Amino acid sequence: MHVLLGLEGSDESLKTLEKTLDRVQEVGDELTVALVGKPEAKRSVEEMRDLTRDHLETEGVDADIKVLDGDPGSALVEYAEAEGFDQLVIGGGTRSPMGKVRLGPITEFVLLNATITVKLVR
Amino acid sequence: MRPTRTRVYPDEPAGPFPSPPTTYEDPEGREIVLETLEGDAETAIEALTDMYVQFDPADRAQGIPPTGEDRIRQWLEPILAKGHNVVARHGDDFVGHATLVPDTDDPDSMDEDSDVEWELAIFVLQDYQRGGIGTQLLENLLGAACDAGVSHVWLTVERWNGPAIALYERVGFELCGTESFEQEMSIRLR
Repeated sequence: MHVLLGLEGSDESLKTLEKTLDRVQEVGDELTVALVGKPEAKRSVEEMRDLTRDHLETEGVDADIKVLDGDPGSALVEYAEAEGFDQLVIGGGTRSPMGKVRLGPITEFVLLNATITVKLVR
Repeated sequence: MRPTRTRVYPDEPAGPFPSPPTTYEDPEGREIVLETLEGDAETAIEALTDMYVQFDPADRAQGIPPTGEDRIRQWLEPILAKGHNVVARHGDDFVGHATLVPDTDDPDSMDEDSDVEWELAIFVLQDYQRGGIGTQLLENLLGAACDAGVSHVWLTVERWNGPAIALYERVGFELCGTESFEQEMSIRLR
């Protein structure tokens, strides 16, 4: 299966990257990582590219890294469909102080608009 | 610590709200006592865990309460240690719980309750729902919080949960921006 992993600059994205790399190695999926920019993100796209490279190298996973411009949600959906990926993987939400799961606008756009299977990582 | 707020709050304080304890007779004629959760932490966690294990999974909202005793205890520990808590008690059993937790990465460095924003959540056991206990819990929690100096309270509710949004609006919460699937609401107490 060819998996597209969509990441922005949050801690949640880093956790999603780690869990996805574990899974890819377990089942032998082919992986592409797409980085999207979010103005309020904790890390820039450049920082995320470096971090992703480090993680790929440490884990010994071979994957293309692609930076997508424009609105993050629609850029991910369009790229995933245009390139014929089997699955789009994104983070599964942050937690409020109370522990409530919160899904942001990128997640909502992807869930409602993607025509391929979407996986949320908790 | 300087208050920094990211949300929009109503200009005017809501209330006044009743201070617990309050006794309330529900439509089934059951005497419900609304009281602040006191006593030692272990006993409180055990009593509340007993309530939450009975909680109907269909009534969960946004992933809470968690399921399973261990996860419930883990979830309750910081809530009881750092939060304001009001329970609805019927006889010896807790049947509802309303809580406020401080919205800060470092609750220990908080000098005054008015320094931070507080997140609210409320839970009522299925057999006790639709009898006004939720409103009683909410009002008594806001009363207790106001007495303690809390001024800014927010919550999120699933956008499609019209009855819950209406309940919060009756008490004085106002819509304050939407974060996708969840609707945010806020209230000013002081």
